[in-house]
Amino acid sequence: MPLATAPVRPSSVTAHQTSFGGRCRAAARALAGRFGLTALAVVPIGFLAIFFAWPVITIIGRGLVGEGGLDLTGFAELFSKARTWRLLGRTVGQACLATAISAAAAIPLAGLLYRRSFPGRGLARAVLTLPFALPSVVVGLAFRSLLGHSGPLGFLGLDGSMTAVVLALVFFNVGLMTRVVGVFWAGLDPRPEQAARVLGAGPWRALATVTLPALTPAIAAGASLVFLFSATAFAPVLILGGSTYATVETEIYLQTAQLLNLRAAAVLSIVQLGVVAAALAFGARARRRRERALKLTRTAQRAGSAGSGNAGTAGRVRWRQDWPAMLVAAAAGVLVVLPLGNLVFRSVHSADGFSFHNYLALGQHAVPGLPYSMLAAAGRSVLVALLAAGIALLLGTALAVVLTRRPRSPAGRRWQEWLDGFAMLPLGVSAVTVGFGFLITLKTAPFDLRTSFWLIPLAQALVALPLVVRGVLPALRAVDRRLIQAARVLGAGPWRCFWTVEAPAAAGGAAVASAYAFAASIGEFGATTFLARPDTTTLPVAIYKLLGRPGADNLGMALAGSVLLAAITAAVMALAEWRGGELRVGA
Amino acid sequence: MYSAARRAAAGICLAAALTITACGGTDSQSNPSGTPPQQVTLITHGSFALSDPVVAQFEAETGLELVVLPADDAGAMVNQLILTKDAPLADAVFGIDNTFASRAINEGILEPYTSPAGGPEQQQLAAGLEGQLTAIDFSDVCVNADLRTVPDGAALTFADLADPRFKDQLVVENPATSSPGLAFLLATIAAHGEDGWLDYWHKLKDNGVKVVSGWEEAYYQDFSGPSSEGDRPLVVSYASSPPSEADPASGQPVTAAALDTCFRQVEYAGVLKGAANPTGARQLVDFLLSQAVQRDVPGSMWVYPAVADTPLPEDWARLAPLAGNPWGLAPADIAAHRDEWLQLFNDQILG
Repeated sequence: MPLATAPVRPSSVTAHQTSFGGRCRAAARALAGRFGLTALAVVPIGFLAIFFAWPVITIIGRGLVGEGGLDLTGFAELFSKARTWRLLGRTVGQACLATAISAAAAIPLAGLLYRRSFPGRGLARAVLTLPFALPSVVVGLAFRSLLGHSGPLGFLGLDGSMTAVVLALVFFNVGLMTRVVGVFWAGLDPRPEQAARVLGAGPWRALATVTLPALTPAIAAGASLVFLFSATAFAPVLILGGSTYATVETEIYLQTAQLLNLRAAAVLSIVQLGVVAAALAFGARARRRRERALKLTRTAQRAGSAGSGNAGTAGRVRWRQDWPAMLVAAAAGVLVVLPLGNLVFRSVHSADGFSFHNYLALGQHAVPGLPYSMLAAAGRSVLVALLAAGIALLLGTALAVVLTRRPRSPAGRRWQEWLDGFAMLPLGVSAVTVGFGFLITLKTAPFDLRTSFWLIPLAQALVALPLVVRGVLPALRAVDRRLIQAARVLGAGPWRCFWTVEAPAAAGGAAVASAYAFAASIGEFGATTFLARPDTTTLPVAIYKLLGRPGADNLGMALAGSVLLAAITAAVMALAEWRGGELRVGA
Repeated sequence: MYSAARRAAAGICLAAALTITACGGTDSQSNPSGTPPQQVTLITHGSFALSDPVVAQFEAETGLELVVLPADDAGAMVNQLILTKDAPLADAVFGIDNTFASRAINEGILEPYTSPAGGPEQQQLAAGLEGQLTAIDFSDVCVNADLRTVPDGAALTFADLADPRFKDQLVVENPATSSPGLAFLLATIAAHGEDGWLDYWHKLKDNGVKVVSGWEEAYYQDFSGPSSEGDRPLVVSYASSPPSEADPASGQPVTAAALDTCFRQVEYAGVLKGAANPTGARQLVDFLLSQAVQRDVPGSMWVYPAVADTPLPEDWARLAPLAGNPWGLAPADIAAHRDEWLQLFNDQILG
């Protein structure tokens, strides 16, 4: 019970302050007090500035600034082409559809998985999050082998259609969205809904008028994440859409990496930024409107932040009321399990029938072109992902703390809103733009990381950072300010206050956010894939390499490797759920 | 105010910790200036592979440590090298092919050097490249046929592919995103001329050609071969693909390359301008022509060695014959028209 311990030792704090060291510390605190927020903000902002803003601005600038100075004719030229409008329409349409479907599925799923208890719930949650961890190449392949002409769902004729792309994006994102909404829902004060019911509202009316409005911040946060992931999806679009299907993201890749037409790429990147910024602004508005009004009770919040199984607000499944949610869950289950099951099935099937041959081959160093075995590549993947998640957790938590402070001035608040949006941008900017931007900016000491081992964890941390911020922020925001004030009045120092009041509340969220950061990193197949780097054959890269070689053995190993990747991520996710619960209780 | 600011302490510690981590990272990578570089860095495309003993042999012979930087594909690699020419990523490059060679030369990313180690046939492969690139290997990009449904697959011509007999049977790669796709496009341009190729592609389109983004999708998802699960018996792949698909019991071929549809893709190595270790880079280029590497490339990269008379794996001689008269285009022609052709293909065939 963290709060109970806080007020117990004010005397020891006073005793400290009478000593010299204590006085010194108090002075340091006062100093830190003045510059504290800024200092805390400097590190993550510096990180984003050096590893994100600088490369992106430089490469866009190179496309826009010609020999005769700034040249904006590229805009007029591009927008006069029908193709550009088609690309833009498709990108926005695809992202909107994927977001809408994910949200429609995620809300009932969240209710079921985070507000009801039933056997196998933990497993259901874990399965739902698996797709997020798969490298997009594998997702694309898994879907194509389902929807392709000879696949079990080939009769649907979806191969090479926008529907296939949208389905894959929903497959990829629905677990993430469910988790964002579910954790928040589990932490909602159940009493307003109960009151509404007592006052005569039916379950649907209570849901529509009390619960859903209260969920708005989480839905908005989840939706903006899904939108960003969907608008900038690369491999699924490339693999599932067929070559006639192009989006702004694939066009930026084409113009940058293949044609080196930086002018066109710069214009497209700015267009992409515009779309992303609009989506972020929309999400932030929806979120803010609700967050102001929202109050979570401490107990409910604590029960929910880790999404632990024994939350006091969880009830049994009630069929009469829950059947629509069950139906959606079943549909989502089919969507998630079919491609995954297909993947597992094919990994244990060779020409001679059932065998573990592909899995045994993972440990062997027998693949020409891979500097080590697939197992070693898996080890490397885990190391890189741990580093990336660690960096993202540190920086993301620092950012989240800065974003929860309440500046007095309107300027300070505006600044904070900008920072919030800025931290999300890495999800919405083309991986190619960032990757090629790295090449032309990070070339002088101390930042010449272009061929360094650290390039990969840093680049992946960039993508994982927004996930951590989004995961930690709601939990921190939900902490009752009065608890912090009470702790301070009772003499707890800043550290103590953070560790005993805020950290326990945010620990569950942080643990799960780190697991997501880990998943995003271990399955990452974006900017860094396009860069040359030594000795960093991670598992997704090894899988991609195997897919590039003919022969059933190589394909089989690639499939087995994908299953291994999914298994590692599932284990980490499960650990986060479990340890998240432990942390919360033990802190 | 006191309280809000107090969290700062945590921030400062965090900052310090991160700075230390970040600095640690960079320090371990940089070479102390003044001492001669002990490493030689090779940038290459993602399919590059050499067996361990071969790499060990190079390191033993030269005393240099070989660092390999695998990039995405040949096109993206050349563009990365153009972007970084004022601060090159590596000392030597391997994997620039004849569709990108002229671009690399025109952009001035290479130091003039050709290895004297190969024979006349090997040198012929680098004709017209101004002494900046050394041919290391080559491969023929050809239509592959599933002999179970197309028994005469090895004898197919371009005209056959547009024939109604093969309606909805062919899958190819998008030339804008795939190097075999580009090679096949160039083969059709070489065969039908600058005025005729678009007409030919319209015929292919009318005949139901499927264009997918990359070789993996085309080969594994749409092709009907033994390790694939598609239903199209014709795919653009390599002349060296059939050995991997042969019947394991009998050794009999199940797929074959149509040798009249081949485009010869040559891969080159060169020394990068501004290399930190130009001597090592030249040694590396020479080494790529050594018997050790040349014998290794069929097994590790599915390509044919550039040095004539290098022994080939047994099944290659039997199952992976080369085109006697492959299609080809002058590198300068490719460099001059590549973007224009891709744009036309994009607008008219993909639409």
